Amino acid sequence: MKFGVIIFPGSNCDYDAYQMVKSVIKEEVEFLWHQEKELKDCDCLILPGGFSYGDYLRTGAIARFAPIMKEVYNFAENGGLVIGICNGFQILLETNLLPGAMLRNSSLRFVCKYVYVRVEENTPFTNTCQKSQVLKIPVAHTDGNYYISEEGLKELKDNNQIVFRYCNPQGEIDPNYNPNGALDNIAGICNLKRNVLGMMPHPERCGEKILGSEDGRYIFESIINFVKGKVN
Amino acid sequence: MSKKEKLNKAKVYVRLKEGVLDPQGTTINRALEDMGYKGIEEVRSGRFFEISFYSASKKEALKLVTSISDKLLANPVIEDFKVEISK
Repeated sequence: MKFGVIIFPGSNCDYDAYQMVKSVIKEEVEFLWHQEKELKDCDCLILPGGFSYGDYLRTGAIARFAPIMKEVYNFAENGGLVIGICNGFQILLETNLLPGAMLRNSSLRFVCKYVYVRVEENTPFTNTCQKSQVLKIPVAHTDGNYYISEEGLKELKDNNQIVFRYCNPQGEIDPNYNPNGALDNIAGICNLKRNVLGMMPHPERCGEKILGSEDGRYIFESIINFVKGKVN
Repeated sequence: MSKKEKLNKAKVYVRLKEGVLDPQGTTINRALEDMGYKGIEEVRSGRFFEISFYSASKKEALKLVTSISDKLLANPVIEDFKVEISK
């Protein structure tokens, strides 16, 4: 299978994602420039973290209108796998591929540290995880305070779209372990069709023990499982 | 641009919807209290844009800037906006 990593001006986790796939998971991967209109037969698109267009206006607001995003939108609508990490998540929200919006962190600070998230759902991105498994993955952002209206939150819950929630090391949902004030400790969500995932933590930054955690591999291995038809 | 079109100016105010938490406003409010200002009930933060552009009528102008605000300047999930057109 082939991953595609989209590069926007200001993306800075593009090489992390590329190396995670190429060197750690050992799958094919290619960069896709934001001006391109061709997805080069990729099976899964990664919108990486960073500060696309300097975070001007709102995070992800300008990137959403990059030429390649029309293709990304159609790819996602046709069931293609898309994962947005951190700034990539923010871009997916602005594109309306995922519901809700990001507010400034409640601390107003840039938060950069390892956090724990609990896997809430079985999706193409989490099929190698056990239900309620706790993953240790780092976050690094200023705008990760997920917000959605009350009705929106109810829909997310009713449709089992909340994929990751911030928790303590024992896997209990605890506001003290919420790094940004996100509603309901939400760290990641998927769309109704479950082929688009947005998550604030960075799985591409934790694929090797020397980095403090290998838990990021679960996400990428799940994607490969799904694409290669090992799971439905 | 046709000869009929005139230069317009628009002011667009974007702010968080009522009920949406505003961490920046809250922090500014707290700072004002620390500075000794009294009686401040609430601070809400927002953004302000000035746009100069050509259009044939005020109605057209309002339509254009409302579209720009809705599609790009504001995120309707969390923000409201207000448009003022002046010559």
